[in-house]
Amino acid sequence: MSTNTATHHDDHGHPTGIMRWVASTNHKDIGTLYLWFSFFMFLFAGALALGIRAELFQPGLQFLEPENFNRLTTLHGLIMIFGAIMPAFVGFANWMIPLMIGASDLAFPRLNNMSFWLMIPAALLLMTSIFVPGGAIAGGWTMYPPLSVQNPSMSVDMSILALHILGVSSIVGSINIITTILNMRAPGMTMMKMPLFVWTWLITAFLLIASMPVLAGALTMLLTDRHFGTSFFDAAGGGDPVLWQHVFWFFGHPEVYIMILPAFGLISTIIPTFARKPLFGYASMVYATAAIALLSFVVWAHHMFTTGMPVAGQLFFMYSTMLISIPTGVKVFNWVATMWRGSMTFETPMLFSIAVVFLFTIGGFSGLVCAILPVDIQVQDTYYVVAHFHYVLFSGAAMSIMGAVYYWLPKWTGFMYDETLGKWHFWVTTIAFNVTFFPMHFTGLAGMPRRVPDYALQFAEFNMISSFGAFALGISQLLFLYIVVKCIKGGTKADAKPWDGAEGLEWTVPSPAPFHTFEVPPTVK
Amino acid sequence: MNKRSILSLGAAFLSVYAANSHAAYALNLKTPATEIASQIYDLHMMMIWVCLAIFVVVFGLMFYSILKHRKSAGHVASQFHENHWLEVVWTIIPVIILAGMAYPATKTILAMKDTAASDMSIKVTGSQWKWSYDYLDQDVKFVSTLATSDDQIHNKAEKGENYLLEVDNPMVVPVGKKIKVLLTAADVIHAFWVPEFGIKQDAIPGFVRETWFRVDKPGTYRGQCAELCGKAHGYMPIVVEAMEEDDYNAWIVAKKDAAAAADAGADQEWTKDDLVAAGKGVYEKNCAVCHQVNGAGMPPAFPAMTGSAIATGPLEGHLDIILNGKNIMPAWAAVLNDVDIAAVIAYERNALGNNTGDFIQPSAVKAAR
Repeated sequence: MSTNTATHHDDHGHPTGIMRWVASTNHKDIGTLYLWFSFFMFLFAGALALGIRAELFQPGLQFLEPENFNRLTTLHGLIMIFGAIMPAFVGFANWMIPLMIGASDLAFPRLNNMSFWLMIPAALLLMTSIFVPGGAIAGGWTMYPPLSVQNPSMSVDMSILALHILGVSSIVGSINIITTILNMRAPGMTMMKMPLFVWTWLITAFLLIASMPVLAGALTMLLTDRHFGTSFFDAAGGGDPVLWQHVFWFFGHPEVYIMILPAFGLISTIIPTFARKPLFGYASMVYATAAIALLSFVVWAHHMFTTGMPVAGQLFFMYSTMLISIPTGVKVFNWVATMWRGSMTFETPMLFSIAVVFLFTIGGFSGLVCAILPVDIQVQDTYYVVAHFHYVLFSGAAMSIMGAVYYWLPKWTGFMYDETLGKWHFWVTTIAFNVTFFPMHFTGLAGMPRRVPDYALQFAEFNMISSFGAFALGISQLLFLYIVVKCIKGGTKADAKPWDGAEGLEWTVPSPAPFHTFEVPPTVK
Repeated sequence: MNKRSILSLGAAFLSVYAANSHAAYALNLKTPATEIASQIYDLHMMMIWVCLAIFVVVFGLMFYSILKHRKSAGHVASQFHENHWLEVVWTIIPVIILAGMAYPATKTILAMKDTAASDMSIKVTGSQWKWSYDYLDQDVKFVSTLATSDDQIHNKAEKGENYLLEVDNPMVVPVGKKIKVLLTAADVIHAFWVPEFGIKQDAIPGFVRETWFRVDKPGTYRGQCAELCGKAHGYMPIVVEAMEEDDYNAWIVAKKDAAAAADAGADQEWTKDDLVAAGKGVYEKNCAVCHQVNGAGMPPAFPAMTGSAIATGPLEGHLDIILNGKNIMPAWAAVLNDVDIAAVIAYERNALGNNTGDFIQPSAVKAAR
């Protein structure tokens, strides 16, 4: 995006053309790279999902043999999580955290460059693994052994390596973000004056540092089980396949919150702007975020209720999981209270934010249903769970990202986006999303397992509806691309503060934000 | 129309809907067939109503606010941003609601985990991609595989009513008995799931896990593997037939007779042609899922049968790999009987493009075990 406007600092002569991006240590340029990268991964993994929905359009096998179907579900999950959602939030962190706290850049600009460029080989490893002998990884994004040990394809090893690299990238990025937030806030910006997005990212960064090494450990055990004769996950050698699940989900559950806490931060930024009213319960929002983060480390085995844990374990994980709904509920109540008696307008970012509050809460309720262990016994590994986590990850994470893109596009590009098209994008996305995923609650309850390429005839009608919705949802994201490109190319000039209700330091710099900002830190009252 | 007849009309509509809900547009959990499943059903309904009530209150307020507190309606924003009393209340109320949910759930969990005092035990083994049932008190064991034809799956034949939910040998149980299921797996993790019984338990290779059920009504109950277990994960259904005790006993006798007859077959002399003919069925049911119906395999994971070094090499090696397995290739000793193994060896060596001319007798398989 055109951030390279003339400022008095251009005489340093930073590289131009492709080298501007490859060698960039500028938080705005790297943020832009992250956002574009995640958008292309989003389209790629979305295209994989359309393959899934095409096969599931009708019972029987039409387009994909079962193993190829499993490859699509696995890569769709891995790439959406690690390639689309997580990098998008890092992109926002890069762009916005320094602007929000009045810092000139991140604490370690070169590490920042490395964090981004590590993503590229990792993404290439995942994407090219489709073409190696034996085909892409097919055992689900959770990679449960012994299935993932049994698969002889080198694509599994490529995926393990890719995830290792992404883990390094995330850890490095998190260290950078924590250091920046703790040390580079403008004078007067105490911790409890930080914008909530900064708070959620600070907590997310700690989650990343605590959980990614656990994933790395699990992946390394998997790799040595595959190639070096160890038996961590093989009972015949004294191991236990369920060990993987414990270690993986000890990473995996915090990972879920890594993908939702920054979304909470975005929503908590956007709603006050368009309600023209301060965020309700700022302090309780901070405490709720921290509570969710802490709880995320003691609930992992709720993904494993059917493995056959002792009853004490089952009860502990059910109770701890149920507790999560308390801080999450506090957040939803706070958002509604922020809207209450405000003076609301409904520009595209606000529409997305309201939809996120509404739809994420549906995902939260289905999560509570899943927490009730006896009910989870019926719905675990069914389409109910698929519905649940898409309500959390699509209408929670992805749609908050879309709303936030619209929110800050004027700041990034210097132009207003096309409001009419933005609203079209919102409505088509929201309706298509619900058409796709709401029926999955029903198919799951009625007994359709997930990760199957084919299904009993009783599920045919709802699957057809889901497939129609999925294609509409997929195609409508091309409209998003068009709107963003159109906005970059020009349009109505954006003011420094295009939203009259907006608060925060990012609106004190011109639009588009100059290449260098806050070289002299502002003072916060 | 008085109040009562309106109610009964409503009930009639509901029951018609419930009867149809098994077919298209089923919205809810299946009709429970066990005490545990009906407890789960009730728990889920309670959750739905509680969540719906909270949802209506919270989003009723939100949409009221969206309608009334908008700038275009001339509403001016107030600037409050805290209310400690309110924040404490809406933290405590959920705690009370959650405790109300946890109590019945805990009772059901304790009942689900209580496998003591069972009347009989069945060991169920998941393997790629079939279920084996071993009636521990009866010395009856058999393998159960998908009965839906490949033509139906590939849309070359019309799909039957129980498409993908039908097997050749269903699990048969007596009604009214507490049946303990001992679950394990031979290769990867599978999950034994029968929705109408309210049980789903992972089958983990190298470990035995327990669950139990007691069915009260005779009938056929259908479930599926619920843990991704490889390419044919969607094709390993579970069918349980619950029978009156007399029928069940008769079934046990019939199963034992059939097993004895098959054993007797192992001691006979077989001709090559008879074995090859019998082997075709065994191969297509058990082997073709990996090695393919035409023997082409799916390299590198699943080698071709045609021209295979093992299927055209020494007989001993061929027999050994079938009995004991190797890497992904499962061991078939516990799954196939002597006649089946001799037949499939004859078929693999003398069909699928191979023509070694040799074969072994079932008696030799028996001796090699």
